[in-house]
Amino acid sequence: MDTFLQQIINGLTLGSVYAVVALGYTMVYGIIQLINFAHGEVVMIGAMVAFTVIGWLAANTTLPPLLIVLIGTLAAIPACVAVGYALEIFAYRRLRNAPRLAPLITAIGASIVLQQLAMMIWSRNPLGFPQIIPNTVYHIEGATITLIQIAIIATSVLLMAGLTFVVYRTRLGVAMRAASQNAQIAGLMGVNVNQIIAATFMLGAALAAVAGVMVGTYYGIAHYTMGSLLGLKAFCAAVLGGIGNLAGAMLGGMLLGLVEALGAGYIGDLTNNVFGSNYQDVFAFLVLIAVLVLRPSGLLGERIGERA
Amino acid sequence: MNRSRIFTLCGAMVLLLSGCGKEEPPAPKAAAPEMIVKIGHAAPLTGGIAHLGKDNENGARLAIQEANARGIMIDGKKVRFEMLAEDDEEKPDRGPIIAQKFIDAKVAGVVGHLNSGVSIPASTVYAQAGIPMVTGSSTNPKLTEQGLKNVFRTVGRDDQQGPAIASYLASEYKPKLVAIIDDATAYGEGLGNEVEKTLTVAGVKVLPREKGSKDTRDWKAVLTKIKGKKPDAVFYGGMDATAGPLLKQGRELGIKVVFAFGDGACTNTMKDLAGDAAEGFVCSQAGIPVQAANPKFLTDYKARFNTEPIQYSPFTYDGTHLLIAAMQKANSAEPAKYLPELAKISYDGATGKIEFDEKGDRKNAEMTIFMMKSGKIEPLAIITGGASVKYEDFVKAAAAAAAPAVAAAAPAAPATPEKK
Amino acid sequence: MNISDKLKSNPAALWSAVVLIACALVALPFVLAMAGTTWVRVTNLAILFTLLALGLNIVVGFAGLLDLGYIAFYGVGAYTYALLASPQFNLHLPFWIILPIGALTACVFGVLLGAPTLKLRGDYLAIVTLGFGEIVRIFFNNLSQPVNITNGPQGISRIDPISIGNFSFNGSEVILGINFSGPVKYYYLLLLVLIAVIVINLRLEDSRIGRAWQAIREDEIAAAAMGINTTRIKLLAFAMGASFGGVAGGMFAAMQGFISPDSFVLVESVMVLSMVVLGGMGNIWGVIVGALLLSFVPELLRHTVDPLQRSLFGRLIVEPEVVRMLLFGLALMLMMLFRPAGLWPSKVRRRELAEK
Repeated sequence: MDTFLQQIINGLTLGSVYAVVALGYTMVYGIIQLINFAHGEVVMIGAMVAFTVIGWLAANTTLPPLLIVLIGTLAAIPACVAVGYALEIFAYRRLRNAPRLAPLITAIGASIVLQQLAMMIWSRNPLGFPQIIPNTVYHIEGATITLIQIAIIATSVLLMAGLTFVVYRTRLGVAMRAASQNAQIAGLMGVNVNQIIAATFMLGAALAAVAGVMVGTYYGIAHYTMGSLLGLKAFCAAVLGGIGNLAGAMLGGMLLGLVEALGAGYIGDLTNNVFGSNYQDVFAFLVLIAVLVLRPSGLLGERIGERA
Repeated sequence: MNRSRIFTLCGAMVLLLSGCGKEEPPAPKAAAPEMIVKIGHAAPLTGGIAHLGKDNENGARLAIQEANARGIMIDGKKVRFEMLAEDDEEKPDRGPIIAQKFIDAKVAGVVGHLNSGVSIPASTVYAQAGIPMVTGSSTNPKLTEQGLKNVFRTVGRDDQQGPAIASYLASEYKPKLVAIIDDATAYGEGLGNEVEKTLTVAGVKVLPREKGSKDTRDWKAVLTKIKGKKPDAVFYGGMDATAGPLLKQGRELGIKVVFAFGDGACTNTMKDLAGDAAEGFVCSQAGIPVQAANPKFLTDYKARFNTEPIQYSPFTYDGTHLLIAAMQKANSAEPAKYLPELAKISYDGATGKIEFDEKGDRKNAEMTIFMMKSGKIEPLAIITGGASVKYEDFVKAAAAAAAPAVAAAAPAAPATPEKK
Repeated sequence: MNISDKLKSNPAALWSAVVLIACALVALPFVLAMAGTTWVRVTNLAILFTLLALGLNIVVGFAGLLDLGYIAFYGVGAYTYALLASPQFNLHLPFWIILPIGALTACVFGVLLGAPTLKLRGDYLAIVTLGFGEIVRIFFNNLSQPVNITNGPQGISRIDPISIGNFSFNGSEVILGINFSGPVKYYYLLLLVLIAVIVINLRLEDSRIGRAWQAIREDEIAAAAMGINTTRIKLLAFAMGASFGGVAGGMFAAMQGFISPDSFVLVESVMVLSMVVLGGMGNIWGVIVGALLLSFVPELLRHTVDPLQRSLFGRLIVEPEVVRMLLFGLALMLMMLFRPAGLWPSKVRRRELAEK
C-alpha cells in the first residue's frame, strides 16, 4: 500500500509540472488554434535564467533560501515573457492566415535558435541547479514526500486557480474568450486582437518560467536541451485533456503524470516481467490513443466542427 | 525553369566549394621542408551530450598542440599536425558522411567517434579507405567484432568494464539482491547486461531490469518500485546527466543502499547534480587514473581550455598521441605504412599502458574503481585480470618499480578480497 | 507554370529538356566527386529523404492527414531488410525479395495506424501518429527480451549490401575504364528508385484515387456525399505513404550496413514533415525541392561556416557547429515566413490562398 501511495505522490508531482506547461500550450491554442511547439524552449530559458540568478544570490548574499528562489522566479518571468512575445512577433504573427502547418516549421526553427543561444550562454554542460531549499522529507503511511514536492503541487494548484480567475473574471479574460470565439467580431467590439494574442503568449510564457524553476529545483538539473521532451509530454497532456480547454490541460497533465508513474511501477508485476518499465511510454501512449479513439476531441474538449 | 536554376545554383556552389578546398593548404615555403598531417576528430558537438563531445575534442586538440610544440620529424620533414573537427550530431546516418569528408580531406587518421552507434557505420567507410580510427569512448563490443583491421579503441569495452565494477560490488558489499537500471541506449543497456552476467555468475540475484531513456529526469516511479523489492545495491548504466537525478531521487525516497555506475557517470559533475546525495557512490573507469598516470594532463587541460576535463578526454588525448607515435615509428604518415605499427604499439599514456589485441581492443585493460568522497571522485582500487588492488598499494608499487608496476602489485596486496 | 505549358505544346523542346536533365543527372555524381565523394554520400541521403518526403506527401499533402510518426515506416522497412539480410538470423535473402517484403510490412503497419485513427482530425491525429511512431521505436529498442529479435539498442550490424548476382553496390569497381565508387553506384540505384516513385506519384495525383484524396482533404463530408468511400480511401493513403517509407528504409539499411533505433526518432519525423511543408504540400516538385534543400543546407553550412569565418576574421570567432545550427534554424524560419504556402505550392493550394 505504501508503494502505491508513493507512486500516486510521484505521479501527482510530475503531473503538476506537466499541467503548468500544458496550460501554456492550451491557452495559445484556444485563442488562435496554433500549437506553439517552441513552448518547451521557453520553459528551458526560464530554468536557465533562474539557475543563474539563484546561483549568484546564493553565493553572494545571505538572503533566506525561499526568498532567493522567489527572486529567481521573478527574474525568470520577464525573461520568458520577452521570449514568448518575441516568438509571437517574429515567428507567428505574419503567419496567422497562412496554411495551418506553416507555423509548425517556424516553431521548429525558433526552437533550434533558442537552444543554440542557450548553449552559447550557459554552455553545453548539464548544470547542477542550486539546491538551497532544505529538502525536508515527510513520511506519510510509509511513503515519503519532500518539501519541494509539496511546493510544486501547491504552486501549480494556485497557478491554475489564478489563471481561471484571470480568464473568467477579468476584462483581459473576457477579451481573450471573445477573441477565441471569433477574432473578427471581437475586433469590431473594440478588442485589440493583436494585443490580446500577444498577452496570451506572454501569460503562457510566465507560466513556463515558473514551470522551469519547478523542474530545475525538483530534479536538480538544468540543460539546454531539457525543454524538448518536457514540451512534448505537456503537449500530449494538453491534447489528452482536450486542447484549448484550461481545465482539460490540468486534468490531462495530472492524468499523464499518474499514468507514467503507475505504468513504470506496475507493468512489470502485472505482465510477469515480460514487459517492464521500458514500456512505460508505450503504456502512456496507448492510454492516450485509447482516450482519443473513444473521445476524438480529448477528455474535456468540445466536439470540433468538421471544418476545424 | 526553377529546377534548372536550382541545378545551376548547386553547380555553382559545388565549384565554389571545390575552389575553397583547393586553397586550403597554405602557400608552401620552399626553404624548410614542412609536412602537414591532418587528423580528424568527430563527436557530437550539438544536442544532448554535446558537452562530452567537446570534451573529447579538447583532449585530441591538446595532444595535437603538444605534438606540434615538440616539433616532430617524419621522413626528414618537420611535421605540422592539423586537426579537422566535425560535429556528427549523434546521428548514425551522419557517420559515413563525415567519414567520407575526412577521407576527401586526406586525413592520416581519425580520432572518434563518440557514440558506438555512429562509430560502427563510419568504421566501414574508414576501412574501405584504409584509414585508422581510434575511438576514445565507443564501448560497444560490436565495433571491433566486425573484423576490420583499422579500428582501435583506447577505452574499455562494455564486457571489460561491466565485470570489473560488478565483481567489485560483489566482493566489497556482498549483496544478495541487486537492482539494475539502464537508460535504454546501446551503452547503458550493454553495460547493464555485462554487470548482470557477472553478478549472476557470482551467485547474486538480480531484479528484472528497469529502464528509462537518455532524457529521463524523473526516476521516482522506477525507484519506488525498486525500493519495494529491497535490494542491497543499485547499479545504473547511463550518463551523469541522468544518473545525478537518479541518485538524488533514490536518496529522497529513502533508498539507503550503495549505488554503483559505469564510466558514463564516473564524473565530478555528479556532485553538482545530486548534491549531498552523491556522497559514497562507486563507479568504474577504464585504464588507470589520470592523476596516477599523467597528472600533467589535468593541469595542461585546465590551462588550455579553462575548464576541468569531463570524461573521455584522456582517452581521445591518448588516441591522438597513439596515432602520432605510430607515424613516428613507421617514419611515415601514410595510413597504409603506419597502420601495422599502430596495431603493435606499446605506449604509456594518460590512462596507463596501452597495447592492442588482434581485434583492436585495449589489451588486458586495467579498470579503476572510484568513490565519491567529499565532492570528488577518488580512486579506490585498480582491477587487473579479475584481481583488485587497493589504489594506495598500486601507487606505492608503481613508485617502486616504474614500468611493470601492475604485475608486481597484484601479489603485493594480500589484504584485498578477490573474486572473478 | 507557363514554361511547362510551353514545353507541352512543343514536344521537341520537351524531349531536349528531358535529355538534358537526364545527362545532368547521370554526370552529377562525377561532378560532385570532384568536390569530394562526401557530396555523393550527402546526395544519396538526400535522395532517401526525398523518397520519404514523397511518401509522407501522399498522407499529408494529398489526403490532408497530419502524420507525426512517419519515420516509423522507414524504421519498419530498415528492420525488415536488416533481419532478412544479416547474420542476426543468418538469413541472406536477395534485395529484390526483401524490398517488396519491406514495403508490404510497412504497408500493413500503415493500415494498423490508419484503422483506429479514422475518426480523428488535425492535431488529435498528429498526437496519435506521434505516439504510434514512438511505440514502434520503443519496440525496436526493447525486442531483445525475452526473445532477441531486433538486438535492442545495440542495433544490427553487418547488413548485406545490395547486390545483383556477383555485382555488389558496395566498394569501388572499374567499369569501362571509369572508376565507380560504392556511393556512386548507390546513387544510380537510388536515382532509378526515385524516378519510379516520382512517376508513380504523378500518376497517382491525377488518378481517381488522387482526386478522391484531394476531395477528402478539402471537405470530408462533401466527399462522402459524392460517393467516396472515405474509410477505404484514407486507409489507402496511409498504406501507400507507408510503403514508400518502407522501401526507403530498406535502401538505408543496405547502404548503412548497420542500423539501430537511434535513426528512427521523433526528430526525424519532424524533419521529413518540414521538408513536405517547406517545399509545398501537395506539390510533388515542391516536396522534392524541400527535401533536397533541407538535406543539403546543413551540409553546405558544415563546409562553409569554418572557412568563411577564417577568411572574414582570420580565425574562428564562434564554434562552427553553433553557427551552423543557428543559421539552419533561422533559415527554416525565414523561408517559411516569406513563403507561407511553401517554396513551390500546389496549384490548388495557391488558388485557395488567393480566394481568402
